Amino acid sequence: MSLEVIDVSGLATIQDRGRKGWRQFGVPSSGPMDVFAFHAANILAGNPRECAVVEIGLGDVTFQTMQDCVIAVTGMGYKLSVYIWDFSLWSSFFVRAGWKFTFNKTDNGMWAYLAVSGGFQTQPMLGSRSTYLHGHFGGLEGRQLQAGDVIRTGTLSHLSYELAARTFPEEKRPAYTQNPTIDVIMGPQTNYFTDESVETSLSSEYSVSLTSDRMGYRLEGPALIYRNKTELISEGMTFGTIQVPPSGQPIVMMADCPTTGGYPKIGVVASADVPLLAQCVPNKSRIRFRETTVAKAQEKYRDLIQGLNKIVESD
Amino acid sequence: MKFKPKIVPLGDSAVLVQLGSEIDILTNQRIHALAALVNKSSLEGLIETVPAYVTLLVHYDPLNLSFVQVKDYLREKMAQIYDNESRKPNRVEIPVRYGGEYGVDLESVARHCQLQMEDVIRIHSQKTYTVFMMGFTPGFPYMGKLDEAIVTPRRETPRTRVPAGTVAIAGSQTGIYPIDSPGGWQLIGWTSLQLFNLESETPFLFSPGDEVKFMVEK
Repeated sequence: MSLEVIDVSGLATIQDRGRKGWRQFGVPSSGPMDVFAFHAANILAGNPRECAVVEIGLGDVTFQTMQDCVIAVTGMGYKLSVYIWDFSLWSSFFVRAGWKFTFNKTDNGMWAYLAVSGGFQTQPMLGSRSTYLHGHFGGLEGRQLQAGDVIRTGTLSHLSYELAARTFPEEKRPAYTQNPTIDVIMGPQTNYFTDESVETSLSSEYSVSLTSDRMGYRLEGPALIYRNKTELISEGMTFGTIQVPPSGQPIVMMADCPTTGGYPKIGVVASADVPLLAQCVPNKSRIRFRETTVAKAQEKYRDLIQGLNKIVESD
Repeated sequence: MKFKPKIVPLGDSAVLVQLGSEIDILTNQRIHALAALVNKSSLEGLIETVPAYVTLLVHYDPLNLSFVQVKDYLREKMAQIYDNESRKPNRVEIPVRYGGEYGVDLESVARHCQLQMEDVIRIHSQKTYTVFMMGFTPGFPYMGKLDEAIVTPRRETPRTRVPAGTVAIAGSQTGIYPIDSPGGWQLIGWTSLQLFNLESETPFLFSPGDEVKFMVEK
């Protein structure tokens, strides 16, 4: 079983849940920018929720099926054209052998996910199929997909047609919006910043710079100023960490971010809101930050993931 | 002044333990001792640890664990650090060709330190270093501390490409570039050993906390 890549004008990479256990050696976890849409695609396709999918961003991508299969598409910023019809995301489809389907970029988000029943079966590297572009490994030969690639998919004992034509209910999705308010857990170096800057970070609008990528989203807005010229000794950081370099313009660490960093961290985006931030459109979205607590953030994250479980149970 | 250990959240899925406020070998050894204790643990929901100079970052799954649970757990482990400190670190010997095309900055480093190139080589290769942490690129070891006599600041303009295997220094640290990458450190030598090999059962030559000795190769 396999799927062929016909045309790519965007960035398409294979991603699963990401690498675990290698960050102590300096290997980023990688994985999807929008982990919720990633899980949802797998659930719609009838896969275990951590199967490898194709993540699509920045432009259009066209695939062709080599045999009948069920695909599921989720995320934001795209619509799907199958044969002669247009469809919105968050659905599963039965696709005939030889049919072409295209992810067409729209302007209401950034990343879409393509899952196929059986999952994509590339060679795992360090325990994961996720593509780490800067390390040149994982996914398909450590690179983004290009026209002519044929990606092997898992073999199913029988194709389950009931999986097709299902839609992931909107009320169970994160509250995607062009101009989101993002929950942030302040610290651990909030005290490195002037009181006015901390206040500014929670009361001003920020936009995403065009120079953003899978490593980090550079924000543009009022500068956040250090209290002193104190240097931070490099330490570990996570997906969602907001680092502030001396320029004062914050950078949010994303899926391919380095494992450690040396700039003060004013706060960390709550896990439940990382998908909302990931889907923000450069130069268009206006983002505000709101302080939350660890306990509240964890509760929100559990509720969000609980929503995925309910979809599985209702199958 | 004694530093009071801190355990603070880094967002909703990681905890940062800080054991000191300055880069020194003893603090860093305690970080690795703590990392070893946590990595051995079977507490469900603990994902992985990232040791750095004076901190240990512990990634966990908020679906399994709360901050308070992880904090209590780490407090318990911290009480056991001293028993675990005496464990023998791995020792790795690295053959190095110093200078020439392999270490294009050796001459300027010697000039900066007002030493002969032979002295820089002798001083760099006589000490045993600790891998304080790994990061920057997969497999890059941050090691130290250098003898004061050869401490040299990093280059003002980073190079766009430093070849894999290049041995370099910056400030009071030394490192080896595992893969071709940009780099701002002073390049003093080169090793033929592979630091990062995906085909291998053990893809990384070093682990955080290892002891490293450079051997002069003629």
